[in-house]
Amino acid sequence: MRCTPILLMFLLVGPAAADDSLIIAVASNFTRTASELAERFRADTGTEVRVSSGSTGTLYAHIVNGAPYDVFLAADSERPKLLEASGHAAPGTRFTYAQGALALWSLKAPDCLGVLRDDDAGYVALANPLTAPYGAAAKEFLEGAGYWGAVSKRAVYGENAMQALQFAATGNATIVLVARSLLTISSLPRASCTWNVPTEAHAPILQQAVVVASTSNVDAARRFAAFLRSDAAREVIENHGYELPE
Amino acid sequence: MNLFSPLWLSVQLALVTTAVLLLIGTPIAWWLSRTSSRFQPVIQTIVAMPIVLPPTVLGFYLLVLLGPDGAIGSWWVQLTGSALTFSFSGLVIASCIYSLPFAVQPMQNAFEALPQQMLERSRTLGASRLDMFFSVAAPLSLRGFVGAMVLSFAHTLGEFGVVLMVGGNIPGETRVISIAIYDHVETLNYAAAHRMSLVLLAFAFITLFVMFAVNRRWSSR
Repeated sequence: MRCTPILLMFLLVGPAAADDSLIIAVASNFTRTASELAERFRADTGTEVRVSSGSTGTLYAHIVNGAPYDVFLAADSERPKLLEASGHAAPGTRFTYAQGALALWSLKAPDCLGVLRDDDAGYVALANPLTAPYGAAAKEFLEGAGYWGAVSKRAVYGENAMQALQFAATGNATIVLVARSLLTISSLPRASCTWNVPTEAHAPILQQAVVVASTSNVDAARRFAAFLRSDAAREVIENHGYELPE
Repeated sequence: MNLFSPLWLSVQLALVTTAVLLLIGTPIAWWLSRTSSRFQPVIQTIVAMPIVLPPTVLGFYLLVLLGPDGAIGSWWVQLTGSALTFSFSGLVIASCIYSLPFAVQPMQNAFEALPQQMLERSRTLGASRLDMFFSVAAPLSLRGFVGAMVLSFAHTLGEFGVVLMVGGNIPGETRVISIAIYDHVETLNYAAAHRMSLVLLAFAFITLFVMFAVNRRWSSR
């Protein structure tokens, strides 16, 4: 019992948090882009931005349960809308910051589309269509283009687009349907084939952002949201393989 | 169906893993408890490591080793024609590594508690080593075996991180209950997540309760 005051002291000290810094919750596919944007924003305004990444569903659950995020950059529009409806997002702050695009990527197949038709060509990786927006879009493309019958039997599902890519990058899956933005990762091994899925082949992947209602730093959070719409930020977003919203 | 098929898959995985671990864990535990080899502490350390290592470390290595280009995976592809990752067999291997210490340690403790004299006496009476193990050592170590089985089973049932990394979430093959619960939480299907979690909660309680109750009766004897 004697050491209780000392333990309490540790609780109170904790990791030092700068008062005016922001924590943004970012869907995993946008993590690298967000880090670059955070760096630019810090250079422009002096406000520190820390990036916390996860799947859109997980981050949504965190926010509903009181996580200390200031801005949420989701991989879809559904979760931001839900947050808006439940009052967890600051009213009127929801907007589309990027539009996602899909690509096929393989480490060993010579012909990307050929793999989709070939029953013996090994696993096809995609993000889980139930949980990940890119997975849902991938499935929609496969169904619409008539590949789903051949693919569904050898589909493996990553928790998100990033994990699906990692299945293919380690050679465990022959091919992956993945967010085009992830193919700009410099440490990715050289592809044997890539193919851009036309954006008309699936419902648009609108990645939306909201300012979290419980933010303790509402001015900086709104400034960061505005920054995402600036020309400088849009250029960064486009360079990372995203389409830009109108 | 939706509720019970991932549960049933988890139970199957846990049963197969427990059986395999009983087979390979028993000789390991016996050797660890009896040997005077200077390698004993090293082997003991290796066996205990999955307790400390995060599932991400095991998952990462397994993904690389079990894949079609990996050391074990490529050999398995030649043997069976399919890779180990994203398959039930792969999950069995992963679970065996993940739960190994939970099988070995209770058995090792039981073997170490055996009266040395009794074992020696059975040997001088002409019993072979195998005979001595099955007629004298094993019956006296029943508690260790039960502990090993219950813990391997329960620990495998609760497996999540490793499966997430090498499973690929295939229904009926690698979508175990912990993954199914995770999916339901992710898709905001909290009702289904609650149902499955409650089943697992009850299952965990009953399993551990039975083990502790049995243990108590034995030790009071």
